[in-house]
Amino acid sequence: MAEVIWGLATSHVPSIGAAMDRGKTDDPNWKALFDGYAPARAWLAEHTPDVAIVVYNDHANGIDLDFVPTFGLGTAERYEVADEGFGRRPVPDVIGHPELSLHLVKELIDEGFDLTVFQELDVDHGFTVPLSVWTPDPGDAWPCPVIPLLVNVIQYPQPTAARCYALGQALGRAIRSFPGDLTVGVLGTGGMSHQLAGARAGFINPDFDHMWMDAIENDPAKLAALSREELIRQAGSEGIELIMWLIMRGAMNEQIRKVHSDYFVPASNTAAGIALFDNRVSQPA
Amino acid sequence: MTESLEGTPIFDGETSRRGFRMNKLFMSLRTEANRERFLADEAAYCREFGLTDEQQRAVLERDWQAMIDLGGSIFYVYKLAMMDGRSMQYLGGVFTGMGEADFLAAMRAGGRRDDRGQ
Repeated sequence: MAEVIWGLATSHVPSIGAAMDRGKTDDPNWKALFDGYAPARAWLAEHTPDVAIVVYNDHANGIDLDFVPTFGLGTAERYEVADEGFGRRPVPDVIGHPELSLHLVKELIDEGFDLTVFQELDVDHGFTVPLSVWTPDPGDAWPCPVIPLLVNVIQYPQPTAARCYALGQALGRAIRSFPGDLTVGVLGTGGMSHQLAGARAGFINPDFDHMWMDAIENDPAKLAALSREELIRQAGSEGIELIMWLIMRGAMNEQIRKVHSDYFVPASNTAAGIALFDNRVSQPA
Repeated sequence: MTESLEGTPIFDGETSRRGFRMNKLFMSLRTEANRERFLADEAAYCREFGLTDEQQRAVLERDWQAMIDLGGSIFYVYKLAMMDGRSMQYLGGVFTGMGEADFLAAMRAGGRRDDRGQ
C-alpha cells in the first residue's frame, strides 16, 4: 500500500516565486518569509517521498473560463511549466505518476467524487511556487514525481469546505489502497487571508489566520463547517482558497504532529502561511 | 451569492457570463504575438473578441474598476495590468482609492482591516 508521510500547507503567491527567481530572498521585505521556510525545508530534504500530490488552483494559465472543473486530477507523464505572460519560471517541468493518478481517479470516482481528468495540463505559479517553497534549488528535476489535483476556487460557487475535507479523506483512502509500496507527500496550497479587488482590497485577518493554523492541525472539522460566505467574509474573496488545505488535511491521519509553521505579512497582497505536518505518529486506539 | 459583502466583488456565474468575452481577451495576452497585435490596434482587438462598448471603453481607458464591474475576473484583468507593467499593489491602490504608495505602505504595516469582517 501507499502511505502519506507528510502534509505541507503553503501559500502560492506568485511574488514568492519571483523573489526566488530574481535572487531577492535576502531583501528586507522578503528575508523573514524565507527564514520562516528554512526549518520546513530542512526537514523535507530528509523526508523525500516517492510521489507528491499538489492540491492547487490554476490562475488563467493552464485552463480558462471555457471549462470550470470543480475538481480535476492530472494523469499525464509530464506537466509543462506555463508561460503566464512573460516567460516561464526558470524551474523544471514536472514529471507525473500516471499509474498512481489513474488509481486515484478510479477510487475517487467510485467514492462519488466525479473528477475531471486532465491528460494534458500546463501548471502555473499555483503549482510551482509550492514546489519551490519545498525545494528552493531543484536543479534539473523536482525531488520526485508530482500529481496535480485542481480545485476551482476562482469562480463562485467554489466547492464547500466540507466537500473539500471529504475529498481529502477519500484521497487518503485511495492512496492507502494503491497496490504498490509508495510514500506520498500531500501539499495543500493557497491562502491565507487576502482580497485582491474591491474597496476591501488588501484585507488581512490575522485572528482568523491564526485560528485556521491551529484548527487545521487539531480540529479540521470545525473549518470544514465554515460556509462559503463566512470564508469570504473572514478570509477575503481570494482567501477562500484556504479550502484546499482541507483536502491535504483530510488525506492525513486524525493525529498528526506539527513539524513547523510560520506566518508572514505581506507577500504581495497576501498573508503567507506555511505549516508542515508529520503523518507518521501513533494514533489513538 | 446569497449575501453580498460590501466592497467585495464576487466572481459568480452571472458575472462570468457577463465578462466571458473580455476575460478571453485578457487570457490571450499571455503570448507575445497577441500582445503585439493588441497594442497595434487595441480597439480592433477588442472588436475581434466581441467586447461590449462599455467593456471596450474600460479596456482602452484602463478603467480597472469598470473592468471588474463589467465581469472581469481579477486574475484575468491582471494579465492586462502585467502587460502595462502594473503590479497588484497598483491595482489595490486603484480599487481602494488609496493610490499605490499608500496601499503598499498599508500592506507592509500588516494589511488592511475590516471591522465588519472580524
